[in-house]
Amino acid sequence: MATILEDSKYDPQRDLKVVGSNPVKHDGLDKVTGRAKFGADYFLPGMLYGRTLRSPHPHAIIKSIDTSAAEAVPGVKSIVTRDDFPEIDPGTVAGEMTRTAMAREKALFDGHPVAAVAATTDAAAKQALKLIKVDYEILPHVIDPVDAMQPDAPILHDYIRTKGLDEPSDKPTNITERLITEMGDVEKGFAEADVIVERDFDSKPMHQGYIEPQGCVAEYSDDGQVELWCCTQAPFVYRDRLSAILKMESAKINVQQSELGGGFGGKTGFYPEPVAILLSKKAKRPVKMVLSRNEVFRGTGPVSATNYTIKMGVTKDGKITAAQGHLVFQTGIFTGSMYFNGPNAMFTRYNFENIHIESFEVVSNRPKVNSFRAPCVPQIVFGVEGVIDELARKIGMDPIDLRLKNAATEGYTTVYGETLGPIGFVETLQAAKDSEHYKSLVKDGEGRGVAAGFWFNRGGETSTSMNIAPDGSVTIITGTADVAGSRISIAMMAAEELGIDVDKVRITMADTNSLGFNRVTAGSRTTYSVGMTVVDNARQCIDQFVKRAAEIWDVPEDAVVYENGECRPAGANVGNFEPLTIADITKQTTMSHGAVTASASMNVTGAGPGFGLHIVDAKVDEETGRTDITRYTVVEDAGKAIHPLQVEGQYQGGAVQGIGWALNEEYVYGEDGRLQNASFLDYRMPVTSDVPMIDTVIVEVPNPRHPFGLRGVGEVPVVPTMAAIGNAIGNAIGVRPQSLPMSPPKLLEIIDNRNS
Amino acid sequence: MTELRYEAPESLDGAVTLLSGGGGGKILAGGTDVLVQLHTEMIEPDVIVDIKNIPELKRLSEDGGAWTVGAAVSGMNIIDNDAFQTAWPGVCEGVALIGSIQVKGRASIGGNLCNASPAADSVPAIIAAGAIANIVGPGGSREEPVENIVTGPGQTSLAQGELIVSFSFPAKQANSGDCYLRLTPRTEMDIAIVGAGVNLTLDDDGTCIAARISIGAVAPTPLLVEDAANALIGTKVNDAALDAMVEAVRAACNPISDKRGTREYRIKTAGVIARRAALKALERAQAN
Amino acid sequence: MAKKVHVTTTVNGDDYEYLAEPGQTLVDVLRNNLELTGTKEGCSTGDCGACSVILDGELVCSCLVLAAETDGKSVETIEGMADGDNLHPLQRNFLDLNGLQCGICTPGFLIAAKALLERNPDPTETEARFWLAGNLCRCTGYDKIVRSVMAAAEEMRGA
Repeated sequence: MATILEDSKYDPQRDLKVVGSNPVKHDGLDKVTGRAKFGADYFLPGMLYGRTLRSPHPHAIIKSIDTSAAEAVPGVKSIVTRDDFPEIDPGTVAGEMTRTAMAREKALFDGHPVAAVAATTDAAAKQALKLIKVDYEILPHVIDPVDAMQPDAPILHDYIRTKGLDEPSDKPTNITERLITEMGDVEKGFAEADVIVERDFDSKPMHQGYIEPQGCVAEYSDDGQVELWCCTQAPFVYRDRLSAILKMESAKINVQQSELGGGFGGKTGFYPEPVAILLSKKAKRPVKMVLSRNEVFRGTGPVSATNYTIKMGVTKDGKITAAQGHLVFQTGIFTGSMYFNGPNAMFTRYNFENIHIESFEVVSNRPKVNSFRAPCVPQIVFGVEGVIDELARKIGMDPIDLRLKNAATEGYTTVYGETLGPIGFVETLQAAKDSEHYKSLVKDGEGRGVAAGFWFNRGGETSTSMNIAPDGSVTIITGTADVAGSRISIAMMAAEELGIDVDKVRITMADTNSLGFNRVTAGSRTTYSVGMTVVDNARQCIDQFVKRAAEIWDVPEDAVVYENGECRPAGANVGNFEPLTIADITKQTTMSHGAVTASASMNVTGAGPGFGLHIVDAKVDEETGRTDITRYTVVEDAGKAIHPLQVEGQYQGGAVQGIGWALNEEYVYGEDGRLQNASFLDYRMPVTSDVPMIDTVIVEVPNPRHPFGLRGVGEVPVVPTMAAIGNAIGNAIGVRPQSLPMSPPKLLEIIDNRNS
Repeated sequence: MTELRYEAPESLDGAVTLLSGGGGGKILAGGTDVLVQLHTEMIEPDVIVDIKNIPELKRLSEDGGAWTVGAAVSGMNIIDNDAFQTAWPGVCEGVALIGSIQVKGRASIGGNLCNASPAADSVPAIIAAGAIANIVGPGGSREEPVENIVTGPGQTSLAQGELIVSFSFPAKQANSGDCYLRLTPRTEMDIAIVGAGVNLTLDDDGTCIAARISIGAVAPTPLLVEDAANALIGTKVNDAALDAMVEAVRAACNPISDKRGTREYRIKTAGVIARRAALKALERAQAN
Repeated sequence: MAKKVHVTTTVNGDDYEYLAEPGQTLVDVLRNNLELTGTKEGCSTGDCGACSVILDGELVCSCLVLAAETDGKSVETIEGMADGDNLHPLQRNFLDLNGLQCGICTPGFLIAAKALLERNPDPTETEARFWLAGNLCRCTGYDKIVRSVMAAAEEMRGA
């Protein structure tokens, strides 16, 4: 069915009427009136309330679980433990997913689920949890990834052997993989350099920090069908993974996505959903489970912590000749951090010829890490862009000029093997240089920093369908979750293609029974990929409008053209026909020919990479080490901004998440391996009064592979943030911090050391 | 939890009776700490005693310059009172830092004190102000300086059945000023790493004749640091005096290292914050 | 079972009468007993503001109020913010200026901003930011929320 996959017909001269404007989001009204339904907002008749018992120990053998006293609590209808999950071998993808949902042989982190209860009231479920007796044999634990790599570290899984070693070892280890990413000859590159800088860096886990805790309602019917309502970035992925761990056919599991109250990568994998399904199966009633905030922090995926070294060399005239990295990524208790994004993206935006990166992924007693915008990239860019700034300072070059001098352009082949098409990095850097912010004087007592970032952007499996109602209005069914307002951008692209008003288009987020497979909303793929399929849908529908108009007029199809929402004769010689609107056609032909509909399923390729540069002014209180961000500008290439306010919102939101990660957010563990700050109060995400307005500059270098030229904009905005803030702080206090977060105690120590 | 009762007595006697019976009565004022403790099962009381329907607990009044602030008056009601704000700006600064607007719509000084956190923001401010807690209990009523109430994290000197009715603030002296400042990583919604309340009185030629300095989050309880006050009394609150005050503050600190800050960081910044608070209090005293 | 508390309260002008568990919070009752799910629960500890409501004129977190305490009181929630089909100027400005992304924090922000503008019709940006500090948003970076509030304030002053 796909017609445009390899030929988008991107036309720079096209006169756009809808794309580039800012209509009110179609999901907006329900969201400002309280009508929008999120994960916790579903109720079914007879619904029970589910609660989870979690391990207080970071590492312990579960010798036995006694649920008898809990079963006796009035109102308790079902209890689920490891025994209710199908046996799946450890060390497999499904084996690790099922062990994330519910501990089996061992509890592997503080907060690991060990049992769950469904009862007629939440209070009864909580009461029952207290009566479940779990006999633990406590084992030594390890939290820090570097500690976990040591030869004497407790081994967390007996099946892990490090992949990618030069000499394979059969010794159990906590290092899942070693990866070499390289091009050219770094030794030769360093030999050509006039200045070489090498620095160590580290970062702590942070949490995606979505405001909506995971929430779901599951209903298991006696014939083995499952209905699941939940907040998810990935309804189809949830379905297929649930199928794998519950050993049920995918077609028997129908996942209905709710509105999503923030995910940022954190809702790409399930947590309470399989447990709720099994509780429902046993109780024969629907079960609702909503996590508490404490459970969200302790039990759901944070971001990878890192320890790493960056070494780079530059000539006196600003040519960076070699770039090297030694990287350690903490993946939590199971592999799957997507750490390879780090080495692939960390230097990509520059035209380096000589790169060598050695990366390790390490397990430790924390929840398995989950995605967060540009997984495993921003925390490494923090170091890379700090070293680049230091190189610029040492050779006396403006930091943006050094980046311009080394900027990648069309035709450069990256370290991961992609030859870049038309990209907007140079234009982004130039726009930053020309920005009011960069041209302004730095205020007394403040420091200014810049940093650049890159993200691949993604495409992937995408299905949509379009239905034209008899009155000419349009509904679109999508299955790639809307996590922040992509529906309006998609409706706009459909309206543009159909030549109609965007208010004539409505989008429904499908359940998994209603549409073909859609990949997760992640990696800045949604507006791009769904844009491709809906434009395809629209073109299919236009073909049908033309056919039907030709039939109505009794002329050949090629005598009919479609423009501005109407079919009209291609020329005067065709005949004197009044133009037919979509409604004219559908009113006349739906009864005879059936509805005009279209569907498309594609594996969308051709996502154009995104680049950004952030400019930050920061002020540091030299007596306390507290940092205030006083001015912030995001400059980024969107390819084409479909809905500019939405694009700005992505830029601004990414920047402020990065401000949190830069200054305060981190997981704090005690000696006992328990998370100490599992609350918003102590986790310290930025509040309204912590940040200034975030200025934005939208650069538009079109992606020729997309009908409207767009590039994804979801990931890049967070990539350079901590680096830019680090560089601003470095310029304010004279020493560039190397450890995230750059919290007040750490900065005060740097200032005190500088002074002494 | 299943045994929990909710009671909202309308008199002090009623409250004392409820709190005296058995061991499991918990006072509910604003509830901003108690309800979190209840729902995370840190406490499992038999009865919640809501004291907000008792008139004495909700009083906010002035008599000859002396103020009485009911223990359950909400933070927003306190800081919205212009006359009280004028009299005790430092106390209002402390109250204004008790959580968000939403939290201050409920939270009270009585609750902030009796929750007995070393980091409670209003407490150093009211200790510096010289506030007295008016207490009732099964044995009648008594008065106690605020600095004697908190005895350790989560612990108070109140006997079973006792509750704080109100706080008495002395009439403000001429040429006096107070200030409360704290240090937090965020601008709002945070727990003090250190806090400092300073209340100074000057004579006509600007010499400090009285001072009270209280610091929070640097010891198991909020501290009234007499050595720090003495370092300022008799001086013009010049740099040398402030240096001595800072030294006394740091000497008094005995903090823990925890998720909110290390011991060393707290001791160091306690001096910084106390100095800044003293300078602001001085400015106010000079303006009065 | 615990002895339930009989509560009579007004929510958005409508009278409600119900039995609450003694320890049940107002947000729990609003969402689960009265099925007014516009009020969101993000943390249950007063740290995110998603459950903001106005209780007898005072902005509060409904997770930090017992339902039993609201007997005889009046509660305003997001469901009562629009006047029939007429959106409150704050709601309209949030839509026009894209002051929301995922929308989970939006009801709380709107209620908090309403309380701000009722008290201070002409806030500075800094005053607005500090007033709204009890409401967490993770999507927007706050920029467009603050702009929406300032624009609504200006419109309401002119009206």
